[in-house]
Amino acid sequence: MSAALTLMDKLWDAHEVLCREDGTSLLWVDRHLVHEGSHHAFAKLAARNMNVAEPELTFGVVDHYAPTRAGDVAPDIRRMIKTLGDNARDAGIRLFDLHDPEQGIVHVIGPEQGLTLPGLLINCGDSHTSTHGAFGALAFGVGATEVAHILAVQTVWQKRPKKMRITFDGVLGAGVTAKDMALHWIAALGADGAQGFAVEYAGDAVRALSMEGRMTLCNLSIEGGARMGMVAPDDVTFAYLRGRSFGPPDADWNDAIADWRKLHSDVDAVFDREVRIDASTIAPTVTWGTSPEDALPISGHVPHADDAENIQATLEYMGLDAGMALSSIAVDQVFIGSCTNGRIEDLRMAAKVLEGRRAVVPGLVSPGSAKVKKQAEDEGLALVFMQAGLEWAGAGCSMCVGMNGDLVEPGKRCASSTNRNFKGRQGRGARTHLMSPAMVAAAAVTGHLTDVRPLLEGRL
Amino acid sequence: MSGWQTLTGSAVALPHSNIDTDQLIPARFMSQPRGAGYGSFLLHDLRGAQEGHLLDQYRPKVLVAGRNFGSGSSREAAVYALVDYGIKAVFAPSFGDIFAGNAVNNGLLAAQIDDGVLAMLIATMADTAGGAYVDLTTGCARIAGHDIGFDLDPVRRQKLINGWDDIDLTAQYSEEIKTFRAARFAAHPWALPTT
Ligand code: SF4
Repeated sequence: MSAALTLMDKLWDAHEVLCREDGTSLLWVDRHLVHEGSHHAFAKLAARNMNVAEPELTFGVVDHYAPTRAGDVAPDIRRMIKTLGDNARDAGIRLFDLHDPEQGIVHVIGPEQGLTLPGLLINCGDSHTSTHGAFGALAFGVGATEVAHILAVQTVWQKRPKKMRITFDGVLGAGVTAKDMALHWIAALGADGAQGFAVEYAGDAVRALSMEGRMTLCNLSIEGGARMGMVAPDDVTFAYLRGRSFGPPDADWNDAIADWRKLHSDVDAVFDREVRIDASTIAPTVTWGTSPEDALPISGHVPHADDAENIQATLEYMGLDAGMALSSIAVDQVFIGSCTNGRIEDLRMAAKVLEGRRAVVPGLVSPGSAKVKKQAEDEGLALVFMQAGLEWAGAGCSMCVGMNGDLVEPGKRCASSTNRNFKGRQGRGARTHLMSPAMVAAAAVTGHLTDVRPLLEGRL
Repeated sequence: MSGWQTLTGSAVALPHSNIDTDQLIPARFMSQPRGAGYGSFLLHDLRGAQEGHLLDQYRPKVLVAGRNFGSGSSREAAVYALVDYGIKAVFAPSFGDIFAGNAVNNGLLAAQIDDGVLAMLIATMADTAGGAYVDLTTGCARIAGHDIGFDLDPVRRQKLINGWDDIDLTAQYSEEIKTFRAARFAAHPWALPTT
């Protein structure tokens, strides 16, 4: 009898070209996604006079520096976008350029275009590549040297990670989302809690999530230290993928599904660590500090100095007092978008809160892709945002990282649907509170961090 | 990249956990080509906020820091900033997985120590520098008068010592890769993107 395998092991074995004596595997890469930040890797390749080995498996996306608002574009930003364009053209890589109707954040358009499929190994020079694991893919972020390596030889050297399964039993409460599930486990295990592990998410509450929700969950794996997160594919996955541009043609569809149905952890598979969480106990969750692990239910209070190390410096940076109620924290602005929560379902949820209401603070909404943008406009969501007084912007990474100039000013406090509350992440001196898009919308209409659930009554 | 076996210099301690790559190099500097040198971007906003920061006083080769160093963004620029500044080794209880991989690809040692050792080093060095000697071959270091052992994956140790370049290393397997590719797409045609 063959040994019971985890999903991660099945995916790994299917991509292992060879395993060196020292235990390092050479893995075949099915999809390689590059963006403006990949300029270092292209420069490395050029310095060696090498070509891109598999341009047809490589796709370029303008996202990090994509301008999302009308107006002048800084020369630096223009140069970054042009450099990617030049590199993509020279290498014969399909580029989702700035004005392409399919453009968007790499982790949004990969799935949207059917570039992301169950059973694939997907790499990108970006830590949130873990997102694509939501489809039952082996997907992880790599650094520039590794990007250059993949460009050159379409493979990557990796050590097999340990395996962790996080099982969410039960049912999520109304108004509680995948974002809250993620912040919840990261707070429980720590921002390095899953370092060295690949995380598989399982359980009824995960099965009940849409693909958008599963992507949010897998996206945030890296914030808990895991380089990859994954969910076994099922009918929800297949329904999402049917008919996507780059996905399997009809002739191959049944074979693909037959392969994909094998992608799950066997009943007796052994994980190095098992974590169980009762989803019904999860409340809308927000961060108060400068690490995603600094997350608490909205009913909580800013911790006291003896609760954690460095807390004083964190509170100083965040401009908060120990012991204050999280719901008393007033915000200066809000942001909805990013590869974590910039998809159509996220915008729908935020719009449910905002419909017929006015934001009392300014805010920016940047859809995750041009397609999401169009869909939101067609569904009337864009109108809801604008009528609430929020700015409806173009697609890109935008205020998640501010590379395109969408910055939070020093000292300003932003309720944000993004993934990192690091010092300076949204701009020098910016103060970020992470939460779900619905919670961001609630902060927008009340002007402070607040429990979204009462605002959603009768609207779900 | 050339390898190294031992280093001698000074060390300073940054007694913070979660020093992420956004702090190591803020995003706004990342559009620069590498040739420009990334050293001046290292911990830019932290150093800028503090006149005469420890780093600038001592220009150490060794950093000691709290857990989860280099977490967050995969930006290899964080390692470039450290290396270009002159840092060759970081000692911390844990590192971001991607950062640790990037480090070894640029000759930077990311050495794991336990919490007790970290606390001892922070207490000894406080706001000043200590002497540092690191030996990759033995996995031993002497920092601020303390002899400490550190954990390092043997593969990474070899790579640091030899200064290997993976692309050259992989080239010898080009036949295996070709065979693998052909077999993979023959068995799973759906895995090729439709164009
Ligand atoms: S949206 Fe933010 S986290 Fe996602 S890829 Fe862009 S910058 Fe990175």
